[in-house]
Amino acid sequence: MASLVSHPDEVRVISKRFGQGATNIDRYLELDGYKAVQKALAMQPDAIINEVKNSGLRGRGGAGFSTGMKWSFVPKQSAKPKYVLCNGDESEPGTCKDRLIFEHDPHTVIEGAMIAALAVGSHTAYIYIRGEYRYLSVIMQKAIKDAYAKGFLGKNIFGSGYDLDIYWHGGAGAYEVGEESALMESLEGKRGIPRIRPPFPAIVGLWGGPTVINNAETLAAVPHIILGGADWYAKLGTPKNGGTRLFCLSGNLNKPGVYELPMGYNLQKMIYEVGGGIPNGRSLKAVVPGGSSTPVLLPEEIDVPMDFDSLAKAGTMLGSGGVVVLDDTICIVKFALRTIKFYQHESCGWCIPCREGTDWLKKTLTRFHAGAGLKKDIDNIYYLAENMLGKTFCPLGDAAAMPTMAFVKKFRKEFEDHLEGKPCPFEKAGAAEPVMA
Amino acid sequence: MADVTLTVDDKKITAPAGTLLIEACKSVGIEIPSFCYYPGLSLQGACRMCVVKIEKMPKLQTACTTVVTEGMIVATDNDEVRQARKAMVEMLLGNHPLDCPVCDAGGECELQDMAFSYGASESKFIEAKNHKEEQQWSPVVYFDRPRCILCYRCVRVCGEGMDVWALGVQNRGVSSIIAPNEKDHLECEECGMCIDICPVGALTSGAYRYKTRPWEMNHVGTICTHCGDGCKTTLGVRRCDTGMEIVRGDNRDKSGINNDFLCIKGRYAFDFAHHKERLTQPLIRKNGKLTPATWEEAFELIGKRFREIRDEVRDHDGGSAIGVIGSNRTTNEENYLLSKFARVVLKTNNVDHHRTADFPALAAALHGKPGKTASMREVLNAPAILLLGNDPTNQHPLLAWQIRTNVRLRRAKLYVINSAPIKLRRQAAGFGMVPAGAEAKAVAFLAGDDSLLDSLLDSKASDSMTRDAWIGLRDKIRAEQNMVIAFGSELRGHDIEKLVSFASTLTGAKLICLGDYANSRGASEMGLYPDLLPGYEPIASADKFQKEWGNLPAEKGLSLPEMVEAAKAGKLKALYAVGSNPVGRLGIDPFVFSKSFVVVQDMFLTETATIADVVLPAANAYEKTGTYTNTCGDLQLVKKAGEVTNTKPDFEMMVRIADAMGSDVSGLVPFGSGTHSDMGQTRGAQSGEADSHAVWLEAHNLEPKMTPFDPMAILDEIQRVVAGYHVSRVNLLAGNDQHLEIAESGASAIQNPELIVPANDDLFSSGTLGRYSKTLNSVFENKSADAEVAAD
Amino acid sequence: MKFSDEFEARFTEMLTHYPTRRSALVPTLLYAQDEVGSLSDEVIEELARRLDLTELEVRNVISYYSMLTTKPRGKYNVQVCTNIACMLRGGEELLDHCKKKLGVGHKGTTQDGLFSLEEVECIGACSWAPAVQVNYDFHENLTKEKMDQVLDEYKKKLNH
Repeated sequence: MASLVSHPDEVRVISKRFGQGATNIDRYLELDGYKAVQKALAMQPDAIINEVKNSGLRGRGGAGFSTGMKWSFVPKQSAKPKYVLCNGDESEPGTCKDRLIFEHDPHTVIEGAMIAALAVGSHTAYIYIRGEYRYLSVIMQKAIKDAYAKGFLGKNIFGSGYDLDIYWHGGAGAYEVGEESALMESLEGKRGIPRIRPPFPAIVGLWGGPTVINNAETLAAVPHIILGGADWYAKLGTPKNGGTRLFCLSGNLNKPGVYELPMGYNLQKMIYEVGGGIPNGRSLKAVVPGGSSTPVLLPEEIDVPMDFDSLAKAGTMLGSGGVVVLDDTICIVKFALRTIKFYQHESCGWCIPCREGTDWLKKTLTRFHAGAGLKKDIDNIYYLAENMLGKTFCPLGDAAAMPTMAFVKKFRKEFEDHLEGKPCPFEKAGAAEPVMA
Repeated sequence: MADVTLTVDDKKITAPAGTLLIEACKSVGIEIPSFCYYPGLSLQGACRMCVVKIEKMPKLQTACTTVVTEGMIVATDNDEVRQARKAMVEMLLGNHPLDCPVCDAGGECELQDMAFSYGASESKFIEAKNHKEEQQWSPVVYFDRPRCILCYRCVRVCGEGMDVWALGVQNRGVSSIIAPNEKDHLECEECGMCIDICPVGALTSGAYRYKTRPWEMNHVGTICTHCGDGCKTTLGVRRCDTGMEIVRGDNRDKSGINNDFLCIKGRYAFDFAHHKERLTQPLIRKNGKLTPATWEEAFELIGKRFREIRDEVRDHDGGSAIGVIGSNRTTNEENYLLSKFARVVLKTNNVDHHRTADFPALAAALHGKPGKTASMREVLNAPAILLLGNDPTNQHPLLAWQIRTNVRLRRAKLYVINSAPIKLRRQAAGFGMVPAGAEAKAVAFLAGDDSLLDSLLDSKASDSMTRDAWIGLRDKIRAEQNMVIAFGSELRGHDIEKLVSFASTLTGAKLICLGDYANSRGASEMGLYPDLLPGYEPIASADKFQKEWGNLPAEKGLSLPEMVEAAKAGKLKALYAVGSNPVGRLGIDPFVFSKSFVVVQDMFLTETATIADVVLPAANAYEKTGTYTNTCGDLQLVKKAGEVTNTKPDFEMMVRIADAMGSDVSGLVPFGSGTHSDMGQTRGAQSGEADSHAVWLEAHNLEPKMTPFDPMAILDEIQRVVAGYHVSRVNLLAGNDQHLEIAESGASAIQNPELIVPANDDLFSSGTLGRYSKTLNSVFENKSADAEVAAD
Repeated sequence: MKFSDEFEARFTEMLTHYPTRRSALVPTLLYAQDEVGSLSDEVIEELARRLDLTELEVRNVISYYSMLTTKPRGKYNVQVCTNIACMLRGGEELLDHCKKKLGVGHKGTTQDGLFSLEEVECIGACSWAPAVQVNYDFHENLTKEKMDQVLDEYKKKLNH
C-alpha cells in the first residue's frame, strides 16, 4: 500500500524484493528465498554468529549494537527454553521502514529469525508487529502459514532434524513497547513496563529464558549476509558500520520516501539529491537525522556520513534511520513541543523523571509557544531535559531529553523570539499553508 | 556467601556477595534515599531517588538494583547525585499538592523529608497541577489521587505481601494511577498495609484521617488485643474528655515480631474503647434492675456476698459453690492473680476459661522433649512449614504473613493439610485436602499408619488427592528438616501426643499450637483450669503451690460446663466472670444462673453482664500494663496507652474484692519491702522461713513493688514460680519478645477435648471487642452489602 | 459471551503459541474490541476468566495500550497523525479540517455513530505524510480534498 520510490544511488539488499510479489512464498523462493537458512543449517552456530559479527551488522532499531555480539551473549546451555523475538513494533516518529519490509518481503524476516534461532539454539521465535499494522499482521500470518505448509517451519525443518516454531504476535498501541524489555512484557500479556537490567534479555528474557531481540530490519539483513558473505556486506558500508540501511526520508522534501542506501551515505546528498531537496524554493532549517529522539542538526552540520559512529561524533545519533527535514517556515518551538507531546503521551509513567519530566516539558512548551513564555522558561526547559537525561528507568526519557536539549541549545534565539507575549513569529508572519505534497 | 569489599564515600566497607548496594550502605549507616525501594518487596527502580555514582559507569546507577561487586567505588552524596535527587523531588512536587498543612502524612511524610534534605524549595513551574478527585475505596481506605507519587509500594505489599492483589496500576505516563480491583472500590482483606506503607498521604485511613497531627499524639508500643499472634502495635493516643483516646494503630517502627505487619483488627479495631455503650460506672442489681452505683458500694456488696457464700456453703460443700471464669484477653498477671484469688481467697478450684486450643495437651506431650516449640519469628525463617488445620489468613493473620513472606523471600516449603481449600494453599508446595474432621487421621497417616489413607480420600472434594499423591506428600514432609508444624484446634488431646511423637521422628521439627485470642496461651499457662495451676501444674500434685500460696482446695474443680450443670442444680451460688462472656460466646442459657450471685467485670453489658448482680466497668488491654503470651509462647509486654475515666483494670478489681472480703492482700500480691522486720515472713506459707520472694527479687536486682495494685508485683511472682517464665526482665521491658519453654507437665495435664470451643472469628470479627468496633462493623456491613448486590 | 467462530479459532490457536495463557492477552483484546466495538465489562470478565487473570489485571493492561478502549467508538475511527513528519506536511490542518467536517473533537464520535475522530501519534507513514488511519486502513499523502473523498467513501460503504 505504501508507495515505493527509487534513486540510482540506492544499493538494494533488504529492499531488493520490494515490489516483486515476494509475499507469495513461491515467488520468494524464486528470488533466492530460504536459501540462506538452508545454508545456515549446514553451519555451526558459532560460524553463523561469526559471520554476522564480521558483517558489521548493527541493530537497526536505534541503539546500533553489534548483532553478532548480541547473539553471542546467549548461553549455549540453558535449562529454560531460548527465544528469538523480532521487534516489529516500529513506532519512532520519522520511521516507516519495517512496514515496507513486512508488506513486501515478510519471508525475509521469517528467514532472518530462523537463522538467529539456529545461531543461538532456539526453537521458538516470535514476530511482534505493532497493533496499528493490522494489514501487515495478516500478511505475516499468511507467510508463516505458508512456510509451515512447505515444511520450512515446525518439526524437522528442511529435513534437518531441527524443530523451529515461529509465531506472530500483535501489539495494541504503545511506543514504549518498542523498548526490548517492555516488548517482552507486552508479549507476556502485561503492561509495557521495561524490566530492570541486569539481567539482560540474552540471559533472562521471555518467560525467564534467554532471548535474542532484534529489529525487523536487522533480521531482514541476516539472510543476505549468510548468502552474500560477511565481507561483501561489510564492504557495502563504512568500517564497523556494515551494509546498507533503509532511510526514511520525510518532512519538507520534494521526494520523500524510503530509500536503501549504503551506511555512511552523506546526509547532505541524501537531502538534496536522493530526497530531491527542499520544495517551493525554501531553504533547509534543520534535520532530525535518525527519528524523533535524535538531536537535531543545523544546515552547517549536515555534511556528515550517515553511520552510527560519524553521527555520534556529530553529537547526534543514527537512530532508526528516520530523516526528518525541516524547512525555514517551521517554528522550532512548535516542533519541539510536538516532539515532547509525543513522549509525554508515550511515557509509560513508571519512573519519576520521565513521567513528570515529559509532562512539565509539554506544559511549559505549550504555554511558551502560545506566547506566554517567561525568560526563565528557556533555562527551565533545558534544566528539566538535562535532569531527565541518563536518570530515567529506560531510554525513553533520554529520547525525550536529547532532542529537547538540542533544540534549546541550537535555537535559543528562536525561543527568545517567542518571549514577552509575542505570538509565535512564524504564525504571525502568516507562514504560508504548509505544503500538501 | 563470601564477602566483597567496596568503597563507599571513601570508606571501605564489606558486605556479603549478592547484597544490594542500598542495603550494604545502610548496614554501615549510609542512608540512601528512596521511595519505591522497600525491603522484602520486589525491586522497581522507579523513583530514581537512590541514584549514586559508581566509578567506571557512565550514568548514575540506582543503588536499589545494583548488587555490590568487589572493588566497586561509590559516591552516594556528591554534587551530581544531590542534583539528580533534587530534580526528582522538584518534578514530583510539580504535580504533588502542597496541602501538607491538612495532610494526614504531614510531619511523617517521606516526600516532605526528601524535599527538606535536597532543598527543592523553589518551584520552577507555573502551570496548574494535574488534579483528580479523591476517592473512598472502602470504609477504611481513602485515596487522594494527586498526592500519589507512584512508588508502587501499596501495589506490592497488597499483592506480594498479602497475596490479595487488589491494587493495580492503570493508564500510563502522567495519567498513571493506582486503581482498586472493583473499579471504584476495594474488595480485599482491609489490612490497611497499603495505607501504612504509603510514603506520602495518598492513601489515608478512614479511622484516622483529619483527626489529629502526628506530633500531637503520644506513641505507645503495646501488644494487639485481638488474635493470638501477638503483633506489636504502636498506638497513637491523645488526651480527650474521658481520658486518653487511641486514634491510630500501626507498627511503622517495625519493632516486634510482626515487623510492619498488622491486620485490620490490629490497625483499626481499638475503637471499641470509646464506644458509647462502654460501661463507666459499676452497676448493682436493685429491684431486678441494674442500677448505677459507687465503686465502694459494689466492692462492699461483692466482698460481703462472696465471703458469705464461701463460708456458709463451705462446711457443706467445700467452696465448690463459687465458679470463676477467666479471660483470654486479660494479662498473664491478671490470669495468674485470678487463679490464685480463686484458690486462696474464694477457696475454690472451679476455675475455667473459654478454651480455644489444647495447650495443656502440648505441654503434656512435650514432657522430656525440651526446645520443641517454635516462636513466631522462627516461622519467618524455617526452611519448611507444615500447617495442620486452621485458616491462618483469617484466624492468625500474622502467622499467615510470616508463612507467605518466608515462602516468597526464602523459598520455604509449605505443606497444608486442611478440610477446606484455605487461601494459604496458594503458597503451598503440597496441599492435602481431607474430609472434615480427618486432620488427626492425616497425622496418623504421616506417622506411618497406611490403614488410614482411605479415610483421607475425599470423594466429594474436587481437589481430592490420589493415594499416590498422599504418599508423595508424606515423603516430602518426612524429608524436611527443621520444619515448623503449626496445628489448629482440630487436633486435641491424644492426637497432639501423636503429632508430637511424629514430629520427634523428624530432624529439628518444632511445634506451634494455635489458640484464638490474644492471651489464650497465657490464660492456659496461668492456670485458669479446674485441675491445673500455673505452669500446667496438676492440682493433684500441687506441692509447689501449696507452699507458695498456702492451703489450696485439694480436689479438682468444675469445668465451665460442669459449673453450668451445678448452677442448674442450684449448687453454684456465685459466679465471677472476669472479662469473659460465657453466656454470649458459648451459648449458655442465661436463666441457669438466675439463682447465683453473678459478678461480671467487663467493658460492655454483654449477655453475661445483663444477668449479673454486679457489673464492674473494666479497662481493656490497651488501658493497662502487664504481659501477654502469644500462641507460640512468646512473652511480650503490654503497655498502657489509652484510658477511659472511671474504669479499672481487672487486676485492681480483684485485689479490691479480696480486700473487701477481708482477706490479707499481701498474701495475694507480693508488695511492699521484703526487708522489713519480719523479712516478709508473714507472707510465706511457713512462718519463720525467709521470704523467698524478697530473696528472689534481690537476686534479680528488682525492687519490691510498692502497691498491691501493681501488676508487676505478680509478674515478679510469675517469673519466680511459673515454669518457663524465667526470662530476661530487661528484654521484656525493652519491648522485646522472648520465646518461653513450655512447661513439661506430664500426662496428667491432658484435658477433655470436648471442652475446646474454637472462636471461629475471622478477619472482620473478634468476639465482644469486634461487636463494639465501629470500624470492623462498617467494613463488615460494607462487605455484606456487596455480597447482596452480587447475589441479585 | 459469544465471539465469532473466527475469533474463537484464532484464540484457541494462539493459546498454543505461548507457555502462559496470559501471553495471548494483548492481541486478543484488540480482536475482541474489533468485534464488540469496545472492551465492555462483559468482555473483560470473559477474557479474564479465559486467561486466568483478575479483571483488575485485564483493566491494568487495557488502560496501558492506546488502541484499546472501554468506551464504544464510531463505526469508523478516523485517526489523524499529527506527529512531526505529518505535522511538517499539514497533519494538524488535516485534523482541524476533520474536526470541522465531522463536527467533533479529539476522541469525539458523530451523533450518528458513524465516525470517531482521534489525534494519534506516529502511525508509520512518515514518508507518505500527512496520513490518516481509518480503523486499520491507511490513507496517505492526503490533502483536505482527498480527506473529504476518503470520508465520503466510508459513508458510501455503509449505504451498500
